[in-house]
Amino acid sequence: MGSLSQYTDIYRDHREALDGHSDPVINAMRAEAYEALKGKELPDRHTEGYEKTSIEEMMAPDFGLNINRVNIPVDVAASFHCGVPNMSTLLGIVVNDSFHPVGTMLSRLPDGVIYGSLAKAAAEHPELVGRYYGKVASLDSATTALNTMLVQDGVFIYVPKSVALEKPLQLVNIFSSPTPLMAIRRVLIVMEEGASAQLLVCDHTQDCAQKYLSSQIVEIALNANSRLDYYDLEESGEGTARCSSIYARQESGSSLLINGMTLSCGNTRNDYAIEIAGDGCDTLLAGMAIASGHQHIDNNSSVNHRGSHCHSRQLFKYVLDDDASGAFEGGIVVNEGAVMTEAYQSDRNLLASTGAKMHTKPQLLIYCDDVKCSHGATTGQLDQEALFYMRSRGIGEKMARTMLMQAFMSEVIDTVRMEGLRERLHMLVEKRFHGQQSFCGDCASGCASVKKQ
Amino acid sequence: MDKNILLDIHDLHASVDGKEILKGINLRVNEGEVHAIMGPNGSGKSTLSMVLAGAPGYSVTAGSVDFHGKQLLELSPEDRSHEGLFLSFQYPVEIPGVSMVNFMRAAVNEKRKYFNEPQLSASDFLKLMRQKRAIVELDNKLASRSVNEGFSGGEKKRNEIFQMAVLEPRLSILDETDSGLDIDALRIVAGGVNKLKTDRNATIVITHYQRLLDYIKPDFVHVLYKGRIVKTAGPELALELEEKGYDWLKQNENQD
Repeated sequence: MGSLSQYTDIYRDHREALDGHSDPVINAMRAEAYEALKGKELPDRHTEGYEKTSIEEMMAPDFGLNINRVNIPVDVAASFHCGVPNMSTLLGIVVNDSFHPVGTMLSRLPDGVIYGSLAKAAAEHPELVGRYYGKVASLDSATTALNTMLVQDGVFIYVPKSVALEKPLQLVNIFSSPTPLMAIRRVLIVMEEGASAQLLVCDHTQDCAQKYLSSQIVEIALNANSRLDYYDLEESGEGTARCSSIYARQESGSSLLINGMTLSCGNTRNDYAIEIAGDGCDTLLAGMAIASGHQHIDNNSSVNHRGSHCHSRQLFKYVLDDDASGAFEGGIVVNEGAVMTEAYQSDRNLLASTGAKMHTKPQLLIYCDDVKCSHGATTGQLDQEALFYMRSRGIGEKMARTMLMQAFMSEVIDTVRMEGLRERLHMLVEKRFHGQQSFCGDCASGCASVKKQ
Repeated sequence: MDKNILLDIHDLHASVDGKEILKGINLRVNEGEVHAIMGPNGSGKSTLSMVLAGAPGYSVTAGSVDFHGKQLLELSPEDRSHEGLFLSFQYPVEIPGVSMVNFMRAAVNEKRKYFNEPQLSASDFLKLMRQKRAIVELDNKLASRSVNEGFSGGEKKRNEIFQMAVLEPRLSILDETDSGLDIDALRIVAGGVNKLKTDRNATIVITHYQRLLDYIKPDFVHVLYKGRIVKTAGPELALELEEKGYDWLKQNENQD
């Protein structure tokens, strides 16, 4: 018996409680997800694509689920403050799995824009949420089906036709629980025709000694000519396990940037599945992973070209130190009819110690003529000539190594289009390589003040 | 007044991948002097400069190097720099993603840290950069780029002399600084070296050709051949070599 059964048991035994604290649109998908899980197991190391990360093991412990939704400290939201300079955002906080707007955020949203609780949005706009919820993600994935079967709330973001959100949206995921906890989170983003927005998601652990597990599914629907920049920043503790999937579907002329950055983590698995359905789309999927100690990061990407004249680029970089381990499996599929596709993938990795391990598996499947595609993966050590050059100028070995690792990551950081965030990231990465706690300044003090309450 | 000894190389042997390249170098450089080391390809000129700078991959098998009272070979490359050794690389390394400004700030402040001096303020640092850039007419635009990335051959060499100007070394080793330079760039680079010359520091110029020595006048010319210095004389030796080539020296040496 695998660990999946404890979750299907919860569904069978607590269906009423699950439904009672959620919304009919969300509840309507549970049975289908449950059916999809029949006869399945959670992926383990024998499952293709999961050779280096066992979801079975990750989800085996009984973390505890707050299905009756008690003791949610709503004052967390009021006290939270993200102090990234030169960056003013419309901020919402998800504590475990429940959304809280911060300050006067809601009143500052432009007309028609929705940014708030998924369950609440589903109650207020059942037709709109129902049209997209569960339609981008695939229940073929056991982890997605598990999330769909048990999820009760999350976040809904809706940007109406031709609305360009000037201020970036920011979403901070926080774990707050005195005992081990599993949070099942869901994000649905709908960009209507010609809409554009930027979103920064920050994943934090408050109590790094506590054990947490998150199951996060993000669905992004990009209608024609819409644009979304999505930044996903993880800074969590070694006791945190994260199983995240981002699904995106792009219609014609849409543009998507996803940049997933792991500054610190415990055991992280990120899946990216991008379906390029329309013509003339632009996609940039970037990832930066920094791990030390016994941290583990596994990124798995799939960019599926169906439309013609689309351009996609994937850029993943890892720096692994100590006994950290990393894995990358990246796929490009160019389907029949996806003519004039340009699809590139690059995975470059640095091993800063002899104990660090990296596994990379780039894949390219082309079923169409007249395309330009390439992929490349390298894993190596710091450039010894550059290191000596710097040392010969008096820069000590430790600092020279730090500077070179930072330089290595700057290519990924520079894909960030929010200037304040880009500068902050350069600084955070520098601090991270200097071995300092990288938790972002004022943000950490925000968490600290939460803890005191 | 006697000059102070700055560098004293005694019976230096060094090998690369188990192959002995330097076979007993003896060389003494005093303050205020300019030495030229010439010699045919493969004689060990660049190996000597790399060994003195402390490059990994070169192993010293015998001998000693005294650098104003310090045992040079016992110091890390960064400490050799702090103590006043500077190598102008034959092939300056490109470092994508590290800006010239950050590179130089780190270099300057690491040296200050070594001597327990406070870090340079932002405005003092920028002032220093401006002053030193002028010495080799280095374009301000290059300062905002990554170290040597996309620099032309001439710009790379000027950048080396710029770094030398900032770090104010006691001993500079210019390894084939003239290679890849057109005549104008050569004049600027040599002019920079001459401006930095004082009676307290010294320069070792490693070169194939007499050309650079028209601009940087050596006090002594040494010929390195098969890992040893086979001849030492005044500046006239460089002219003689230019005229006769190295063959007559090789013949002499091989008869021994």
